[in-house]
Amino acid sequence: MEALAISLVKALPVLGGAPLWAVTLLLITASAVVVLVFALTFEGVGSLVLRKVAGDIQARIGPNRVGPRGILQFLADGVKLVLKEDIIPANADRLLFKLAPYFVFVGSFAAFVVVPFGVGLIAADLNIGIYYVMAVTSLVVVGVLLAGWASNNKWALLGGMRAAAQIVSYEIPVGMALIPAVLIAGSLSLQDIVRSQGGLLGIFGWNLFHNPFTFFSFFLYFTAAQAETNQTPFDLPEAESELVSGYNVEYSGIRFGLFFLAEFGDMFIVAALATACFLGGWNVPFLQVGTLPWLWGNLLSLGVFLAKAFAMVLIMMWVRWTLPRLRVDQLMRMSWKYLVPLTFVNLLGVSLWLLVFKGKGIPGMIASLFG
Amino acid sequence: MTARSNALPTQEMTINMGPQHPSTHGVLRVILTTDGEVVTRAVPDVGYLHRGLEKIGERVTYAQYMPFTDRLDYLAAMNCNCAWAWTVEKLAKIEVPERAEYLRVIVCELNRISSHLIAFGSYTADMGAFTPFLYAIREREQVNDLFEMICGNRLTYNYARVGGVSGDAPPGFLEKTKEFLDYFEPKLDEYNNLISYNKIFVHRLANVAVIPAEEAIAYGLTGPNLRGSGVPFDLRKDEPYSVYPKFDFRVCVGTGERGTLGDCFDRYMVRINEMRESVKIVRQAIAQIPDGPVLAKVPRVFKPPVGETYFRSECPRGETGIYLISDGSVNPFRLKIRTGSFVTMNLFEKITRGLMIADVVAVIGSFDIILPEIDR
Repeated sequence: MEALAISLVKALPVLGGAPLWAVTLLLITASAVVVLVFALTFEGVGSLVLRKVAGDIQARIGPNRVGPRGILQFLADGVKLVLKEDIIPANADRLLFKLAPYFVFVGSFAAFVVVPFGVGLIAADLNIGIYYVMAVTSLVVVGVLLAGWASNNKWALLGGMRAAAQIVSYEIPVGMALIPAVLIAGSLSLQDIVRSQGGLLGIFGWNLFHNPFTFFSFFLYFTAAQAETNQTPFDLPEAESELVSGYNVEYSGIRFGLFFLAEFGDMFIVAALATACFLGGWNVPFLQVGTLPWLWGNLLSLGVFLAKAFAMVLIMMWVRWTLPRLRVDQLMRMSWKYLVPLTFVNLLGVSLWLLVFKGKGIPGMIASLFG
Repeated sequence: MTARSNALPTQEMTINMGPQHPSTHGVLRVILTTDGEVVTRAVPDVGYLHRGLEKIGERVTYAQYMPFTDRLDYLAAMNCNCAWAWTVEKLAKIEVPERAEYLRVIVCELNRISSHLIAFGSYTADMGAFTPFLYAIREREQVNDLFEMICGNRLTYNYARVGGVSGDAPPGFLEKTKEFLDYFEPKLDEYNNLISYNKIFVHRLANVAVIPAEEAIAYGLTGPNLRGSGVPFDLRKDEPYSVYPKFDFRVCVGTGERGTLGDCFDRYMVRINEMRESVKIVRQAIAQIPDGPVLAKVPRVFKPPVGETYFRSECPRGETGIYLISDGSVNPFRLKIRTGSFVTMNLFEKITRGLMIADVVAVIGSFDIILPEIDR
């Protein structure tokens, strides 16, 4: 940010008089607002799309009352959530009860900061990008557990316990499945990972096609991430038909809204990470977006990134409306007995591959055969 | 669980499941005692929907009781209507016109289909797959349209009468029914492809809550719950009534195809297969239905002879037996109804011991209980 601020001060002489820290602060605030607006818009539109997709899959119409074809439904829902009475149960632990939604929301929202939306569109290109995402999304588990405990409701407690066990268990395979992308790029920064998938190979430059292990790794990641973010078929913490609605059962109004938004935020983060680490991120096939004029390069790369990420989100919705739910012991068994060993073996495979073939992927080798 | 001396003291958690809970299929209350996620004890607490249906029977006439049988099992009101009509006819020895019996069988089997559709749909919804539920509702809607055509109602039909049915099938009803059957039969394969053999679904149901055949008989289970344990007992075959002997159909039993014989999956599959058999019966009934009147001559002030009778018929949720005593007046002297769901609940506490909370939901769904039948 500071580098950007310096260049901005140089470029705009008007700012010359302002102290550097003020400009930096302004920039930080501005980018936070932009990311927050994007996140909220996505979460709103995402909820509408989810319901429309659900309607299509379930042979019904879906929301169609508010605005033309129901496209303003999410605004109506948002207004409803804000205006609703905020109920805190009499026996709840008031402080923790109020605190929990913020943990969940912040954990999910903070991850947006390092999402590489375009060639120059990233709020903060941290050099520990992936670690950062893993770390802040872990904050969600604290919030969920707090919500479950503070509600003083046994169903909520069960939901919270399930969520904690689940998120902690699945964090390991998620991390392990992402490491191949880190190994190939040689960097934890998401921008570096995306850049490493560029080049002249088009979509075959993607990590997905790098070698058989990365191909496998993508599916492992997607499965584990679905579980980590409590999506169907792993939506046990909020299993409606068993736990009524899980850890957020006692929440209403905007506090519930924060859980709701965080859920969609998590969905996008999973899709964005899958896109960035395996599906080439914002790289446009056969085009060096970095060399284009700033505006066009960014617009084009943003479009490509969002298209890929939304496609992933749609797949998640599709899965969500198709599959039944696992049982809690089956869920744990799946993580510790299958996903964790598989991701370890997979990681070993990728490492060996990179060692033996000097970091080259299959498409790269084929390309070099033809000069 | 006993706490070891140096470990944290633990205690079991008592959870109240219901009467308002999405998966208890109505106002069933279950008091769960759990050790974490494992249920150590699940005691059903029934009675929230008790409306004194049997006592009401002593205060109304035989014909007036017909609408109350709608409320006995609102998902299979036709079957309950007909059960009452058959009981009274058995008591008073009334000859029913054959066309009326055929119409009764047609609507009963259609209602069996729609009831099993709800059982199938809500079961998949309990298991977390919400989509098949709406597919089931879509199909059920068409059955409701047919019923609306024949009797004007969509849920509580009040269609049967002592001595026949309230009205003949309107023109086009039988054709429409045939159209529905042609549309519906392939849908069953679609359900099987979509959810029945889904790996997660099978894993959730197979080997859960196994009821061996001897136990099922000992506890008096009937209907699909008994047949799920592999006992081929179906009143339509074993104690034929109405015109059922004229139809060729198979008694579906559990086979233990994905797990142990008598598990939740078997009970689920029995219902899916029974829908196919019901389609078969309705097809044959439409092909064979004779012309003629649909209501026998029954005196307006109907007083059956003094006596008592017991009649049982195969309802979607098992055997519905009606024990009726007449003192020769216009009202029944005593009425007792034995329903499949109530008897099934006896086994509930035993079968859920040691299961997970999610399995309790699976067990309730696999029993396909309905609360007005339990509480009456």
